Amino acid sequence: MKEAQEFVWMGAIPLQIHLHESEVTTVPPPPPALILAPRIGYLPLLLPLIKPYFSSTLPPGVDTVWFEYKGLPLKWYIPTGVLFDLLCAEPERPWNLTIHFRGYPSHLLIPCEGEDSVKWNFINSLKEADYIINGNCKNVMHMSQSDQLELWNSVVNANLEAFIRSSSKLKSGTIEDDYASKSSLSSQKSQKMIGEADTSVQTKTGKVPVRLYVWNVSEDFGDMEDAPPIDSWDRISYVNRPLEIHREEGKCFTLHDAIKTLLPELFGKKRKPKGEGNISQPLETGSTADDDPEIKLLRIQGIEPKLETPISWVANHLRHPENFLHVCVYIKVPSAKSL
Amino acid sequence: MNESAWDGTLSASEFSASAQAFAEKWKLNNPAYPPWTWVKSLEVPIFATNQVEEGYLSLENVCIVKSNDDEVASCVEGEASLYDKEDEESTDSATLSGNDNVQPYYFDFHIIYSASFRVPVLYFRAYCSDGRSLGLNEIESVLPANSAKVLLESKWTFITQEEHPYLNRPWCKLHPCGSSDWMKLLFQAVEKVDRPAMELYLVSWFSVVGPVIGLGIPIQMLKEP
Repeated sequence: MKEAQEFVWMGAIPLQIHLHESEVTTVPPPPPALILAPRIGYLPLLLPLIKPYFSSTLPPGVDTVWFEYKGLPLKWYIPTGVLFDLLCAEPERPWNLTIHFRGYPSHLLIPCEGEDSVKWNFINSLKEADYIINGNCKNVMHMSQSDQLELWNSVVNANLEAFIRSSSKLKSGTIEDDYASKSSLSSQKSQKMIGEADTSVQTKTGKVPVRLYVWNVSEDFGDMEDAPPIDSWDRISYVNRPLEIHREEGKCFTLHDAIKTLLPELFGKKRKPKGEGNISQPLETGSTADDDPEIKLLRIQGIEPKLETPISWVANHLRHPENFLHVCVYIKVPSAKSL
Repeated sequence: MNESAWDGTLSASEFSASAQAFAEKWKLNNPAYPPWTWVKSLEVPIFATNQVEEGYLSLENVCIVKSNDDEVASCVEGEASLYDKEDEESTDSATLSGNDNVQPYYFDFHIIYSASFRVPVLYFRAYCSDGRSLGLNEIESVLPANSAKVLLESKWTFITQEEHPYLNRPWCKLHPCGSSDWMKLLFQAVEKVDRPAMELYLVSWFSVVGPVIGLGIPIQMLKEP
């Protein structure tokens, strides 16, 4: 578990940040800032690193910082790595972003008043994940202010050691996998994960906090390079629904199963509770496996895990510090589907 | 006795059923207001399906009047949409009779199910008759005086600005954390049952939440038909 956590925490995106031309008051314009941004971090947290590059050239006024990629204002509360995985079908290195210090698009983006806004949003997500995993927010609510601050600072600094120390007070649990460990979900006793050295508590609800970002690609494209750019957030479907893991004897609940469970609207048929039969078998008339949408790309923490990977592994190893698993999916829905 | 006590939450399908019951009761008992409509939330726009009845309740263009003299505001019937929000322009000015002291504000309310917390959440936004959106502080100041009081005094309710789950725009949200707790208390205290008839969930929920944003509900709605 530790290795995977290190992999996740050390992940970083090289950014090349350009000041928007309307805010350049000097000739020649300042060169772009080159910043290495932690994947698990958030863009507004980079401001102390970025500002020195541009402060001498900004027009007078109050700073209201926002970022933009190819004209799309970026949602500041989405982790940097997720934004990159979602918006760059073909990974761009360095990732060219534009920064604005004026003209905040408040009709599109919720306000961001610096680090405090990002921290508040993070703690809220942590509470939400806590609720999903444990059925209540007690773990987070019972953390002292200084513990919460310590936890937050470990995220700001991408310091895994500090995070592990702070989060030991949070019983975030790991997902038990019947297939792997043969233990039963109904047991309420806390158990150690087989093969895991750290203390893990079985998740009480059997639910996994997941945030899915779905881009429905209507056109066909061969290479990711040819993928059309995302010019509006309306083209992305954001699914913030806990994943309920259906455990079946002898069967592994895979990443693929998870996506189908989270998007019943797309994958049409609901799973039979008894787990009879194969998921791709039609349960209703009029559709076959060919009509199923095609998953063109699935990215988590910058990697493309095999769809057969057990979801328990994915969730336990690739989650973000606030305990959510962020998944970017490009899906192609067949156009000629009858209702 | 295997059934554990009700935790104050409801499932997505219970929410849909409860929303329908709520909308019907509202229409019956609150004729002065426009009706709540059910908006289907199409997760992925291209692919519509009736299999998952997912949606939210919407009540829009409710006119809330606050006089500049700071008197207690009254709610009047919302007009059909004369205002095209997409263009952020108004095609009509206030429909109230010419009282210079009166400022009309228009509110949109959406009741949306939170899958994470398993409770309804109220989202709302406000704008002036000229189309300008109101900020969070302004909204708190234009709410009727007694609802502002409820907001301040209650530890259960506070408003934050967050993104609408479906519309990609900033809206105000009445925070859900704690909803399940007070719903449980409400049912135990008032209804004296351990587990409510779920269709009544939203009616009871709204009896607490409504006054916070200036929308009372008539007593008749709380009674069984």
